[in-house]
Amino acid sequence: MTHKARAGRLSRDALPRVEGEGAMHVEIADGEVVDVQLNIYEPPRFYEGFLRGRAHTEPPDITARICGICPVAYQMSACLAIEDACGVTTPSEVTELRRLLYCGEWIESHTLHVHMLHAPDFFGVDSVVDLAALDRPAVERGLELKKIGNELLELVGGRAIHPVNVRIGGFYRAPDAAALRTFRPRLERALELAVDVTQWVAGFDFPVLGTDHELVALADGDRYPVFGDRIVSDRGLDIAVADFPEHVEEIHVAHSTAKHARLLARGNYLVGPLARFTLAREKLGPIATEAADRAGLGGECRDPFRSIVVRAVEVVHACEEALRVVDGYVPFAPGSVDVPPRAATGHGATEAPRGLLYHRYTLDEHGIIVDADIVPPTAQNQPSIEHDLFHFVEANIDLPDDELARAAEVTIRNHDPCISCATHFLDVTVDRRGEART
Amino acid sequence: MTGADARPRVAVWKFASCDGCQLTLLDCEDELLPLTELIDIAYFLEATSAESDGPFDLSIVEGSISTPDDVERIQRVREQSHALITIGACAIAGGIQALRNFGDVEELLRIVYATPGFLSTLDTVTPISDHVTVDFELRGCPIDKRQLLEVISAFLVGRRPEVPTHDVCFECKAAALPCVLVAHGTPCLGPVTHAGCGALCPRFGRGCYGCFGPMDSARPEPLVATLRAAGMDEDEVDRLFHTFNAWAEPFREQPAPPVAAPVRSTP
Repeated sequence: MTHKARAGRLSRDALPRVEGEGAMHVEIADGEVVDVQLNIYEPPRFYEGFLRGRAHTEPPDITARICGICPVAYQMSACLAIEDACGVTTPSEVTELRRLLYCGEWIESHTLHVHMLHAPDFFGVDSVVDLAALDRPAVERGLELKKIGNELLELVGGRAIHPVNVRIGGFYRAPDAAALRTFRPRLERALELAVDVTQWVAGFDFPVLGTDHELVALADGDRYPVFGDRIVSDRGLDIAVADFPEHVEEIHVAHSTAKHARLLARGNYLVGPLARFTLAREKLGPIATEAADRAGLGGECRDPFRSIVVRAVEVVHACEEALRVVDGYVPFAPGSVDVPPRAATGHGATEAPRGLLYHRYTLDEHGIIVDADIVPPTAQNQPSIEHDLFHFVEANIDLPDDELARAAEVTIRNHDPCISCATHFLDVTVDRRGEART
Repeated sequence: MTGADARPRVAVWKFASCDGCQLTLLDCEDELLPLTELIDIAYFLEATSAESDGPFDLSIVEGSISTPDDVERIQRVREQSHALITIGACAIAGGIQALRNFGDVEELLRIVYATPGFLSTLDTVTPISDHVTVDFELRGCPIDKRQLLEVISAFLVGRRPEVPTHDVCFECKAAALPCVLVAHGTPCLGPVTHAGCGALCPRFGRGCYGCFGPMDSARPEPLVATLRAAGMDEDEVDRLFHTFNAWAEPFREQPAPPVAAPVRSTP
């Protein structure tokens, strides 16, 4: 009997090194993959429900608590959506300082994923602690880089997790220029480390997984996207952020407390580093461009296994951007502009480390939220992650069950799913049915 | 690394939460590798694929109890743990998701999910201490990194952690910060909030918004009067007490703002 004819169930109780709780289920019958599900059973927390009745000033602090790994993304998308509702545009000084804060989160979050969650897969070890036993200098370099990301978050935001300095309209207090100048050597150090990290990850052995997802990201003028008022794809999608609800449907499926998102009439799509890189590679900073070239990345990158290289390149870029903002920094007193409420609906989207994060709020005339909608990156990527899983298992069906389950986990981890965001804990089960297992 | 068998075995568990408090452990960049020479991180799903069974010398628990499965799982965690400490507002007070306790969970389900029947959730969100004996609670939303290291160190050597229990006002005075409430009329929960952040918000010219929850002897009434006198309306005061520690006494006794108000006509 050949391997291809086998069927049955293979299971793993938990998929580790992801942010959140879920399960993966693969069903194989007669040697064919029948179905895959990325089950997300992170307990629902009903943010969109209890945001109703809150003041328009509250979402930056409240929605930050959706995710301890990317709170700045929530704060930024919330600010932009509410400012949009209120018809307020913040001055460029505020946007630049927001960009600086966001650079801190990209550096910290990507470096966490690259070293602590993803890299252990390429060395066949369980954790960053085990990785340190094999390559301690690489882990120490990662930790040093991650720490600088956190320092930047603390400098601008007050603390690394759930920053306190963000408010609708800007910041409670803009950092003084001297403090940022003093921090410049730390950013130079981070840039140097990030270039080395890119070279390190570029040397990993990558399984090949060609994918053909529609890639979606914000377009941010001449800049590599962090902000932006248009949502674009590699297949011609080009819409205003405000039109997002008309083009994306959220579907509630039985196996997930995170709602799936699909582009209407287009289907699955992918947001995040692969999308941003493929759509905006030419907008990377010069050192990030060079790092990408040296890492062997072409004009686009559609291979989820190589997302670790793209994340490293994006960290280089974030360091360059942070340096640029610091060098041009003019403190903006008092740090924020007034955002008087009005009865209206506003939309905001920014590029979280894991991809496009959309918020919509409807306010009454007193600024009380009457309706809220939040579409996190992982909810958008979930159907595409399932798609990857299906094709990876199909192509590797002859692997022994334990190897297949482990490799399947990696296809999920490639996308750095944030299940706390999407609504943690992944069970991996592979069902093989039809014929006796060999 | 010392012999694995000699190191105390530590487990990190997650219930309903944002992952931020357990991330705080990974944010100890300078201490993480030295720490793993002293302790064996035997279970930490977010950081390692390695799984080992109990018993554990120390369990660190993040998150609140919100599903029928959680109720059973926390019992199993307690049974396997010599000491159990909870970290963060979710584990200690229910977290922001405990706002559902003031509203109608059916209504929340209906607002957020098209097919509420798919979900299994409890009507109320509760702290870990409602279900099992907790040996120490470390406050914060999120917790403070230095305090986390202090608590882990203390438990490993068997002493009580040195974590201050005074209010945020004390931290402000210690740092010689001007009072934002007195000087600028900025609403501030400092007088009733547990210390631990180092008066972070006042350092940024902002009022405390209560991340660390009520201090042990908190008395909200005089503060409510002061906030009203500073110009806050009743609804604003109610919302201020009802965020990440809304289910903690005595914040819980404050009038609750409406949760999940039905959609009115939208512009």
